Amino acid sequence: MKIGLFIPCYIDQFYPQVGIASLQLLEKMGCKVFFPLDQTCCGQPMANSGFAHLTETCNTLFIDHFKDVDYIVCPSGSCTLHIKEHLIDDGRPALADRVRHQVFELSEFFTDILKVEKLDAFFPYKVGFHSSCHGQRGLGVSSMSERMLPYFSKPESLLQKVKGIQLSTPNRSDECCGFGGTFCVFEEAVSVKMGKDRVMEHEANDVDYITAVDMSCLMHLEGILKRKGSKIKTIHLAEILNSK
Amino acid sequence: MGTVEHAKAAGRFIADEPRTNWHDETLWFVRQKRDHAASLLNGWEELRERASQIKNHVLSNLDQYLIQFEKNAIANGAIIHWAADAEEHNQIVHGIIKNAGVTRLVKSKSMLTEECHLNHFLSGQGIEVVDTDLGERIVQFRKEPPSHIVLPAIHLKKQDVSETFHEHLHTEKGNNDPNYLTGAARQHLRNEFIQSKVAITGVNFAVAETGGIVVCTNEGNADMGVHAAKIHIACMGIEKIIPKAGDLSVFLRLLARSATGQPITTYSSHFHRPDKEKQLHIVIVDNGRTQQLGRPDFRNSLKCIRCGACFNTCPVYRRSGGHSYHNAVAGPIGSILAPNIDMRKNADLPFASTLCGSCSNVCPVKIDIHDQLWKWRQILVKEGHVAMGKKIMMQSMAFLLSRPKLYRFAGKWGRKIMQSVPILVSNKLNPWYKQREMPEPPKQSFNEWYKQNKK
Amino acid sequence: MNSREKILKDIVANKPVLTELTDWVAPKSIQSTTLVGDFEKLLVSLHSKVNHLSSKNDLLKEVDELRAQYPFVIDTIHAEGEPRKNIQQLDARSLESLDVAIIEGRLGVAENGAIWLTETNMLNRLLPFICKHLVLVIDAENIVADMHEAYKKIRIDEDGYGVFISGPSKTADIEQSLVIGAHGPLTLTVYIISNHS
Repeated sequence: MKIGLFIPCYIDQFYPQVGIASLQLLEKMGCKVFFPLDQTCCGQPMANSGFAHLTETCNTLFIDHFKDVDYIVCPSGSCTLHIKEHLIDDGRPALADRVRHQVFELSEFFTDILKVEKLDAFFPYKVGFHSSCHGQRGLGVSSMSERMLPYFSKPESLLQKVKGIQLSTPNRSDECCGFGGTFCVFEEAVSVKMGKDRVMEHEANDVDYITAVDMSCLMHLEGILKRKGSKIKTIHLAEILNSK
Repeated sequence: MGTVEHAKAAGRFIADEPRTNWHDETLWFVRQKRDHAASLLNGWEELRERASQIKNHVLSNLDQYLIQFEKNAIANGAIIHWAADAEEHNQIVHGIIKNAGVTRLVKSKSMLTEECHLNHFLSGQGIEVVDTDLGERIVQFRKEPPSHIVLPAIHLKKQDVSETFHEHLHTEKGNNDPNYLTGAARQHLRNEFIQSKVAITGVNFAVAETGGIVVCTNEGNADMGVHAAKIHIACMGIEKIIPKAGDLSVFLRLLARSATGQPITTYSSHFHRPDKEKQLHIVIVDNGRTQQLGRPDFRNSLKCIRCGACFNTCPVYRRSGGHSYHNAVAGPIGSILAPNIDMRKNADLPFASTLCGSCSNVCPVKIDIHDQLWKWRQILVKEGHVAMGKKIMMQSMAFLLSRPKLYRFAGKWGRKIMQSVPILVSNKLNPWYKQREMPEPPKQSFNEWYKQNKK
Repeated sequence: MNSREKILKDIVANKPVLTELTDWVAPKSIQSTTLVGDFEKLLVSLHSKVNHLSSKNDLLKEVDELRAQYPFVIDTIHAEGEPRKNIQQLDARSLESLDVAIIEGRLGVAENGAIWLTETNMLNRLLPFICKHLVLVIDAENIVADMHEAYKKIRIDEDGYGVFISGPSKTADIEQSLVIGAHGPLTLTVYIISNHS
């Protein structure tokens, strides 16, 4: 099974440790991982801002880089969702369609494809789980509070396999953090207020870390936590699953 | 009249943080009541699916259902009017009122008449409309539009209402008791009901099979108005049609539970034939709806039953208030309806969302609201309704991200600059930095690490 | 072309391909053994008072008590002949001070506490709204599980007007604080008549 590792641009530039943890985890689970060095961005920042027409080259590059793997795995629900929903290539529609179906967010890849049952991970901290919207409501990595359907959570089921961890859920279990791509700057006031409210609920649970399947939510929450001088840190799910 | 963009208006709203918190928590509580009510019902998701199917079916056969409705309503003794747009709607309503020879009338809640700015129009004709829904009466006294389609005065605190009532109804100054204030409104509006010859209502559902209309309220104001008056004018958008009486069961089960968490509204009134010596006028309005029907990506927004659930769940709405949407229908649904009518004026609304998707999940008729927000963004940009700064930013970003080498080069130097001259990004001109720290740039990107360690 | 024709023409031009609507059976909501109990529970939770009577005859005693208590009571259930006609003719002004209206409900719905009544029952459309206290009487036999069953049993256009009522009028428009008694009745009392209670 050949895995293409898709590392979103902002993780590449600002959070390399998330890429490293993802790679190491996949390798530990026996996957042959291939990292296309020329990858840049899925195009989501432009598309979500109304500029999907500017993502043509991003789409072409993405398909070129990942067309020869069995699965594409990405430590971001949001970027995964973008590829799944919006990757198009007028010249190669069938190929684009195949790629769209091959892309997986990391936690769903672990639970659905690798069917991970045991993890050799140790993380002796109190961790608040932030449910990232695009992973949850977009990809369906967990049940949603609005829907009257049975409860499940792929990322939380993985976290529960980590030794020493104490998981907590905020009062509003799946409210958006307010990042929202360029929303975070063009709707700065609402974005920050939403983030502050998320942080407050995790503070009430007295957590050491906030984790999520999306680093973008965490980048936003981290910015607010740091400005506040909070002792709470943010950490990507892959880093916890890769902790010893 | 200049429109203040959502982001700016939201900023002003949030400046009063305690009030924002109250607004957020109060509406979140309504969302929780909705969750609870939905959870008690066996087969909630199936019911949503059925409602969605009925509405899809209606939209695909709307002309026939409207004709059927009209035929049956006329046979029932109703008088049917058709209005292509807001102006014609207002003219028709005015004509009926003028004929009746009155200058004052009562109106229960109708988002359509808000959309058409009927009150404003009639007031220009010397006719005073008295809104009888308590929340609407409050905002009417204050000369404000409703901020929520189900809870029109949700942006106000009881102190605000008390001041308004003191001014207009001469209630005791400083008496903020909701019971007392509601009692005063009851007295005041009773007189209006008893004196009014004309009553306007909205329409929740129009049944093609029977030619009747259904109106839902908790206060009983629609019924008080209609039954006391001689003339009932019911205003409805063309999309209010449902095929059969039996379909009402699906919608009445969903409507109040979605809206407020009640199992049903206190009153679900079915009007078929006018009372003896009275008149029932039904005004059927297009006002952009057929145009929306012609937009395949957006037509299913016409399935909306105006429950307001998407408002209550929306984390942006809860923290920015209804007025920041500068449209009769605010919130997520308003943000996909408004650009159809006026793209330029409402170009900001589809961007007033993080695309979190909660709106689509609570929608009782399964409108893909957040997907439509995304699609409107594409159209608005293509039609040129975008700030130049944003356009340049996106073009530069696309340029950079389309060139792997340049991207790596810029990333490397960008991080180096952030490390050595943080003030270049960590300054007040950067909206990110205003209330958030920038991420700390690492020495190596993942790409660089990979090349060094893995290749 | 008038607006009617224009709207219909635009719909035909813009509507999607016809989607058929297949028959559908709603998932069952409530066990039939608990219908009356659920109905009562719902009504109470919706701020109504519920009383049980073992026969319709017992109702007359209740009506007498109400008449002793309030000056202006209209009993539509037992009104016949001239008084019945008079009730039909009363307008809003003459009903303004109505204390109590007593009306028979056709059907009760266990899932939401709603009671269906039509013009035939109320005699005058204003009565259930303009009175201060509304009294509805319902036969336990006529309580159904949910709205799906309800709409199977009623004909919504049988009378010119019909309404589901599920409590006293109410509002929460001021700070979401619930206030009972908005424009309609301040209280709702429901008498459930069942032969085995």
